[in-house]
Amino acid sequence: MNLTLKVWRQSGPTDPGHFETYEATDVKDEMSFLEMLDLVNENLIADGHEPITFDSDCREGICGTCGLMINGQAHGPQKGTTTCQLHMRKFHDGETVTIEPWRAAAFPVLKDLMVDRSAFDAIIQSGGFITADTGGPRDANEILIPKIAVDSAMDAAACIGCGACVAACPNGAAQLFTSAKLAHLNLLPQGQAERWKRTEDMVETMEMFFGSCTNYGECQEACPKEIPIDFIAMMNRDFLKSKLKNRKLQGQR
Amino acid sequence: MALTGIMLMGFVLFHMIGNLKMYLGAEDFNHYAEFLRQLLVPIIPPTGVLWILRLGLIGAFALHIQSAYALTRINHKARPVNYKSPRDYVAVNWAARTMRWSGIIVGLFLLWHLADLTWGWANPAFVDGNPYANVVTSLSRAPIAALYILANLALGFHLYHGAWSIFQSLGSMSARFNPRHNPLRRGFAAGFAILVAGVNITFPIAVLTGVVG
Amino acid sequence: MSTITLDSKVPSGPIEDRWTSHQFNMKLVNPANKRKFTVLVVGTGLAGAAAAATLAQLGYQVKCFTFHDSPRRAHSIAAQGGINGAKNYKNDGDSVHRLFYDTVKGGDFRSRESNVHRLAEVSVNIIDQCVAQGVPFAREYGGLLDNRSFGGAQVSRTFYARGQTGQQLLLGAYQALMQQVSLGNVELHTKTELLDVVTKDGVAAGIVTRNLVTGDIRSWAGHATLLCTGGYGNAFYLSTNAMNSNVTASWRAHKKGALFANPCYTQIHPTCIPASDEFQSKLTLMSESLRNDGRIWVPKQFDDNRAPENIPEEDRDYFLERKYPSFGNLAPRDIASRNAKQVVDEGRGVGPIKNGVYLDFAESIGRLGENVVFERYGNLFDMYERITDEDPMKMPMRIYPASHYTMGGLWVDYNLMTNIPGLYALGEANFSDHGANRLGASALMQGLADGYFVAPNTIGDYLSGLLGKTPVGTDDPAFSTSVAAVQDDMRRWIAVGGTKSPEYYHRELGKIVWDYCGMTRDKNGLEKALSEIPALREEFEKNVRVLGSPEGINQSLEKVGRVADFFELGELMCRDALMREESCGGHFRVEHQTEEGEAKRDDANFSFVGAWKWEGTGTTSTLHKEPLVFESVKPVERSYK
Repeated sequence: MNLTLKVWRQSGPTDPGHFETYEATDVKDEMSFLEMLDLVNENLIADGHEPITFDSDCREGICGTCGLMINGQAHGPQKGTTTCQLHMRKFHDGETVTIEPWRAAAFPVLKDLMVDRSAFDAIIQSGGFITADTGGPRDANEILIPKIAVDSAMDAAACIGCGACVAACPNGAAQLFTSAKLAHLNLLPQGQAERWKRTEDMVETMEMFFGSCTNYGECQEACPKEIPIDFIAMMNRDFLKSKLKNRKLQGQR
Repeated sequence: MALTGIMLMGFVLFHMIGNLKMYLGAEDFNHYAEFLRQLLVPIIPPTGVLWILRLGLIGAFALHIQSAYALTRINHKARPVNYKSPRDYVAVNWAARTMRWSGIIVGLFLLWHLADLTWGWANPAFVDGNPYANVVTSLSRAPIAALYILANLALGFHLYHGAWSIFQSLGSMSARFNPRHNPLRRGFAAGFAILVAGVNITFPIAVLTGVVG
Repeated sequence: MSTITLDSKVPSGPIEDRWTSHQFNMKLVNPANKRKFTVLVVGTGLAGAAAAATLAQLGYQVKCFTFHDSPRRAHSIAAQGGINGAKNYKNDGDSVHRLFYDTVKGGDFRSRESNVHRLAEVSVNIIDQCVAQGVPFAREYGGLLDNRSFGGAQVSRTFYARGQTGQQLLLGAYQALMQQVSLGNVELHTKTELLDVVTKDGVAAGIVTRNLVTGDIRSWAGHATLLCTGGYGNAFYLSTNAMNSNVTASWRAHKKGALFANPCYTQIHPTCIPASDEFQSKLTLMSESLRNDGRIWVPKQFDDNRAPENIPEEDRDYFLERKYPSFGNLAPRDIASRNAKQVVDEGRGVGPIKNGVYLDFAESIGRLGENVVFERYGNLFDMYERITDEDPMKMPMRIYPASHYTMGGLWVDYNLMTNIPGLYALGEANFSDHGANRLGASALMQGLADGYFVAPNTIGDYLSGLLGKTPVGTDDPAFSTSVAAVQDDMRRWIAVGGTKSPEYYHRELGKIVWDYCGMTRDKNGLEKALSEIPALREEFEKNVRVLGSPEGINQSLEKVGRVADFFELGELMCRDALMREESCGGHFRVEHQTEEGEAKRDDANFSFVGAWKWEGTGTTSTLHKEPLVFESVKPVERSYK
């Protein structure tokens, strides 16, 4: 099949950027979206043009490195699928495909379709962990965790940190990402000691970088791991509680 | 947003219920209006309680508008450079997308509504102390009735997304932790919006068709 | 020939006590002195993130580098199956000794016994550590940890978190690392790639990196440097490794004097989705567990173009069941892989370009019902369908082996230090624990063992000797020459101005390495590869095209240096494979097989680690041997009939 691509090109963070139109010819159904871009890049190099810069690594939908806005949808039209796992059979001959980078103040464009997502690391840094220095923990089976709790934590822990939730959210909010990490740790017994401090710190760090949630639900649709917004509700409740609990815990000191 | 929203939802609900007295005739309706002014009299002077309620409402409105404004500012700052190609939304519904506009419409309408039926500036035939007559004369004007209907449609949409969002924002009744909850949330939001807006819309229609008058 | 003696520094005494007594005998660094030492950790996969976090907790000054935009993205994340731990929670006769034994035997007696025993010992601590960090391992209804048997093991010792064990373990290590970053104990440098290892008087002094966003070339000095930079499976171009996985860090260390051990030991995974065309960028692995319920077959006739459902039973060849009646479809990875290659080479392959074999669930669906089969493998089936657009519930899957893991790597002693003092290699980057073949669910175990428990202990012994000595500063000529060389390289690649992309040459190189040094190897083929690779490299150096400038983001420039290293490594892989006149584990020399077609080891002549020393471009590397001694496990022949 042949496609017309409108690709966002931007030479650096300060360049205003623009769309460039390319013809992608002889695209095969079984190519992944990124392999289609590889092909376009090979042709660009052959013609002496700089290839399109985009991020990708594992290409099996787990590392969270790739992520493009394809025809106005984060990771493109297929539900629960990262850009690298999206295949060209979802497109049809002659179609025009528009490709943009994620856009958010916290995700500045570095070049072309590549953005800087270090704000996510900042959120994790502020509390997205359970303090357990190496060595000397209890035997793993001394902590009993109901299957239902660990399954729920696992659903949240499936987040790959790709940023599609922020990209898709009309507000550029990171509630789904933050709440998924909070739910993973807050649902487990090991995470209880730091639960309220973690919640308060992570939510407040998130608010420094990102927009706010107005319950559109667009993030849940874009999430390649289909993490539900119910975790956001859980985070909101924990955040309200944390405001009281953290004061109380301080009082007990 | 959610807390002030709940207060305002309480107001529109009771305002709607109170207005149902319209169907019982002028006497009941005017008596109800007078009752509101005479609440807890003589413990508190006439219209005292009404003013306390009004002040609470004004506060809730102010805070509601202020948080909407703040959220909008934050969200614009969170994406200073917009997408250059059209978005293809999946989950976002019309009600959610237009909260800002439906809110502004309802707010502006509210001012008109006060001017029309509380202060009487917008109603040449306004008679102080006879709200029933005022409602009838005002709503007999077809364009005004249309305005009331449109404003209540906006209110309905606003309430639908707002009522659903409350559960999300306050973090309760999440579907994940109890799958039966999500339909309840949706049902509540739709029911509440339809009830309030739907009943409100019957008033201008009733006046126009002569059922009330 | 230089005179390097490979001292493995393996402690003496009974094997069970070696690690414990070694820990006691090592010199310690006083807590107050730890902060005087700077440790550079390169790579943030399981080994790197775990080591960086643990060293920082101990009080060292850690500087940590990754070329990813976040430490959470390293390819450890893609491991699906699980992690072994000798907990014996299932009361099925598992023990540290049994895990040790299985690993040595699985490695076809080409690993270092003492290292493997230590690995089995700390496997128990890893599980405890990960649970304490909040890794959501699967649980039973009673709240206890669940285990499964994996990769043909006879005991259930594999812990797992859905099909995402690697991801969850990496997130655990990443979170611990980020906590240390927030405490100011780790200085994290993302999007920063190592381009040279700097030595001064034969001792590791630090590294030179390029910032992939700004293009800045910078020097970093440290008392010790840890390379946790993964394996070299991408030498085959098509592999299950991530697009950016590369050998550059190990290779640049190799060129600075670190020996590279057993490069020909590569593991091929039998159940991957076959390539669909020339432009395929990578292969996707499907969990090995599929072989528990799937039957592998190809048509009996050559060029049989009928759809699978139209091929009657009598025209199907269930070749694994036919040849290995007792193990059948569960034959070990290398055997299953070689047999698939054989039938495809014969011209009996299936699929549009005849490059796969069928993995058929029809019989299981008939026996267990659709629901049971879908419950077991639904997520894998979905993934397969996303990629191929075929539903395995309705038609057989197509699979083919692909490069998956590399057992070879930088030579290290018992302390995980390379032959360059102060330079360590951890995880897949080193060679020591898996011998010639790795067991399923052991890669995660080794990465975390090295990172959490081994290196943070052994490094103190080395650093304690450096107390009071000033490290070599980045203003030293050793650093400036290295920086200049790196910058020259960049300019040179851009100046070539040829016609073909680095990607093209990588793909062409991969075909040679795969064809001659892949699942099976023989003398003629390897010799052919050894003449083809240098010829292609020459063309590559004259005709590659890298556009743009060394400043700022330039993905072609990143790629070209990595491909250049793969060229040199590919040659060494073939040289090593040619040298090793025996078959063992993942290394199968056609000349050396039993009558039944099994790998035939030559313990009398090849029971050694083959460690190669770089002698300069255009000069053949020299081989150094570390003899392997087996005191606790006596070598036996593997048989899976």
